[in-house]
Amino acid sequence: MELCDKTAAELSVLLRKGDVSSREITESVYKRVDETEKAVNAYITLTRESALQQADKADKRFREKKDLPLLNGIPIGVKDLLCTKGVKTTCGSKILKDFVPTYNATAVEKVLKDGAVLVGKTNMDEFGMGSSTENSAFGATCNPVNHLCVPGGSSGGSAAAVAAGEAILSIGSDTGGSIRLPSAYCGINGIKPTYGRVSRYGLIAYASSLDQVGALGRSVEDCAILLNCLCGHDSLDSTSADIPTPDFLSSIGKEVKGIRIGLPKEYFVEGMDEGIKSRIMDAVNLFEQHGAHISEISLPRTRYAVAAYYLIATAEASSNLARYDGVKYGYRSPEGSSDLIEMYESTRSEGFGSEVKRRIMLGTYVLSAGYFDAYYLKAQKARALIKEDFDRAFEKVDCILAPVSPCLPFKLGEKIDNPLQMYLVDIYTVSINLAGLPGMSINCGMLDGLPVGLQIIGKAFDEEMVLRVGHAYEQMNP
Amino acid sequence: MTVDCKMVNEMDFDIIICFETHVELKTETKLFCQCPVRYDVPPNTQICPVCTGQPGALPVLNRKAVEYAIRAGLALDCSINTNSRFARKNYFYPDLPKGYQISQYELPFCENGQLEIIGDDGLPYVVGIKRIHLEEDAGKLVHSSDSFEESDYSLVDYNRSSVPLLEIVADHERNPIRSIKEARSYLDKLKQVLTYIEISDCMLEKGQFRCDVNVSLRPRGALQFGNRTEIKNMSSFRFIADALEYEISRQSDILKTGGQISQETRLFDEEQKITLPMRSKEDAPDYRYFPDPDLLQVTIGRHFIEDIEKSMPELPDQKVRRMVAQFDIPKSDVLILTKDRKISEYFGSAAPFCDDKKKLANWIIKELFKLLNESSMSIEECRVGPEDFAKLINLISEGQITEKIGRTVLEEMFGKGGKPDAIIQERGLKPIQDEDLLKKMLDEVLAQNPDVANQIEHGETKPIDFIIGQIMKKTRGKADPKKVRELIIKK
Repeated sequence: MELCDKTAAELSVLLRKGDVSSREITESVYKRVDETEKAVNAYITLTRESALQQADKADKRFREKKDLPLLNGIPIGVKDLLCTKGVKTTCGSKILKDFVPTYNATAVEKVLKDGAVLVGKTNMDEFGMGSSTENSAFGATCNPVNHLCVPGGSSGGSAAAVAAGEAILSIGSDTGGSIRLPSAYCGINGIKPTYGRVSRYGLIAYASSLDQVGALGRSVEDCAILLNCLCGHDSLDSTSADIPTPDFLSSIGKEVKGIRIGLPKEYFVEGMDEGIKSRIMDAVNLFEQHGAHISEISLPRTRYAVAAYYLIATAEASSNLARYDGVKYGYRSPEGSSDLIEMYESTRSEGFGSEVKRRIMLGTYVLSAGYFDAYYLKAQKARALIKEDFDRAFEKVDCILAPVSPCLPFKLGEKIDNPLQMYLVDIYTVSINLAGLPGMSINCGMLDGLPVGLQIIGKAFDEEMVLRVGHAYEQMNP
Repeated sequence: MTVDCKMVNEMDFDIIICFETHVELKTETKLFCQCPVRYDVPPNTQICPVCTGQPGALPVLNRKAVEYAIRAGLALDCSINTNSRFARKNYFYPDLPKGYQISQYELPFCENGQLEIIGDDGLPYVVGIKRIHLEEDAGKLVHSSDSFEESDYSLVDYNRSSVPLLEIVADHERNPIRSIKEARSYLDKLKQVLTYIEISDCMLEKGQFRCDVNVSLRPRGALQFGNRTEIKNMSSFRFIADALEYEISRQSDILKTGGQISQETRLFDEEQKITLPMRSKEDAPDYRYFPDPDLLQVTIGRHFIEDIEKSMPELPDQKVRRMVAQFDIPKSDVLILTKDRKISEYFGSAAPFCDDKKKLANWIIKELFKLLNESSMSIEECRVGPEDFAKLINLISEGQITEKIGRTVLEEMFGKGGKPDAIIQERGLKPIQDEDLLKKMLDEVLAQNPDVANQIEHGETKPIDFIIGQIMKKTRGKADPKKVRELIIKK
């Protein structure tokens, strides 16, 4: 086993023993990048030179003192929608193809402060809009498990990098399933924390009320290690929750005996792949064997989730993406140098990809005078009801188990011309964003040679339960 | 001709005028970031990722600005909403870095207020205030040539971007403004109140007080008002009056010939003193307001309001009532003294040291204002402290110096500073009270004017003043006139 295939937890032990150096790990990661990146395309930008310098500094810190954050010297991939000072941040878009931020996102600042090594900026669907990482101006990412398949999206590059050993850990973001879906499709683990848990400062917004930064890793423990660093109140983000961050590592390793697990009946209905259903039920049975109480719950408003999500997300996106106008930074069309409106039109027509344009138009329509009440307000009401469903369910259970995706990783190009079908891939994940809850995807086996993801949903700010259940599953099903 | 026409108009039509006033708050930092609010600096030096709309940057609300909004709400008798929220107003323009302005739509900070002005009949009239909300300012476009059309390029300065503005919307239904005169009274009073509560300097010439002016007319007796027009971005009270005059006459001409006013936005041409159409209702942009998801709902607690209430200064109306009751000064003088809070405070600080408040008021209004005006100084820059000013007035009213010498002393104090008695001493301005000396002079004057002396001896009092005048002339105003009078009468 190469160093780049080990978990952060394993590597941090080796680093502390002095058995390996961060430079060796980092070089191992880049060796893998050299071997596989051509096929996988997990990264938009690689920062090899600065990464090796960061690794050397991390090693120097190890020589100087022993008590260092667990992330010290660990190579990490960062989704290309988190601002990195001095490092190109494109959001997967032509409109930001040469954009170099002047500041670090809080999440980036935190991992760098803890001594992590930035491998590069990972590929993604443009502005996080997509479920396959095919909507990138820098080419699609392939699923490392099967290069003919999509890695899921929008954090496809982050998931593929971890799955392929091109990073030990990665940071992603999740607006409607963008961490959980690619984690499931690439056979790794990924957690979207509660809305407000991680600062959004420096996260290039897609849908502000839904976006959340999260962690991807090869083990639940690795997710906990990264999460410990990412979480915490940030005075630069008004929506960041001012509550203490628990030590997530101490929540793992506990048994699941006596834990009440709910299965939403609305999630196990038609349209779901039978094979996936049986993998999920295998996992459920395993929990039951280990003493968890399983019960059926109802989330009756689930059927409104996808519609509500696409109204709210696109409405916010239409406003959030207005700043890309060719005036201040990013791409400006050579057309229309004498006319302002023409400059706007050609810049945005040429700079944005078709899915982004579709969502901007949809969102603009949703907010328009005369339609606002029927669409935006109604969607907000549906959102409140969906949240209410979860609140009611969590009176009876400690966590909820569900599939991540109704289908297996699909072939590249298979759904790209059918947006509606693509949107339905998110059917089990968007509700959790609408309700602002923590959700995690953990691998629960293979089907036809492709990974299946199990989703664990927790109460707001109860990531500890999610991690505990996820970790217990890993132990029960090694 | 136009004057006649206007007279007829005002008789035949009811007028409704409604102001949307944008006031720049004097917070140290911007509304949603820590950048300082400064203008005496090169372009784009007071900027950060937030106020230039960099990808990923997020707004954080300035607490002071909220406090100022509540202050304004309390001063204008508004109800303060327990829950307020910010909304995005979406439109494209290069000076608007995010492609939307963070403003308020539903749930502004303050609603349903009022402001007492002087009505057309000279009596107090209470104008309705519909709402007060906070929003951020945009940046500033700098064109390479004088006009936008002739410019090869335009640059944007974001120093002003996200500076806090308070928008105060007068009510067009509940007690609206009904004439140009009332409009002026409203603007004066609003500016006075806002400077009193120290949330803005309201300097019109610096664009700190800008108005959108709505006006609509109806034939007297009719139920429905015609469509309104809005004149955008006015920053001079004089021009507002000119624009209203033109617009009222334009609208009444149309209505008189049976025409319809088209609801539109107009611009005032300062040269020609006319308004010109800018865009019609059909072309009005759809701002697609929606609650800003980056900012949480703002909850205004009772304690927050109470703390602000405690820190509120005495407002102009209260002050006028108190001063009229407390000091024996005519209301017209009090109104002048209270127009500017600093002046009223100057009077307030001087009053305890002065016995004759009427004279004190008079001297501030006549003498001090004259000196301030001549040197275009503000009362804060004035070297004459209120206590010294009061002492000077005392010297005058006690007859220790003449008013004329008083003026000389004040000029000296104003120009160079110093205490009144010291100046009198130094410059030898102390009145001559030496009886022997004065008697000698009196004898001389009487000897030179035997006719007058004769008249006085016969009991005529009129010529006494003449004699005093002669002695004052001799002494260059330094003789104590009271003393001289006594001596004459004794003779």
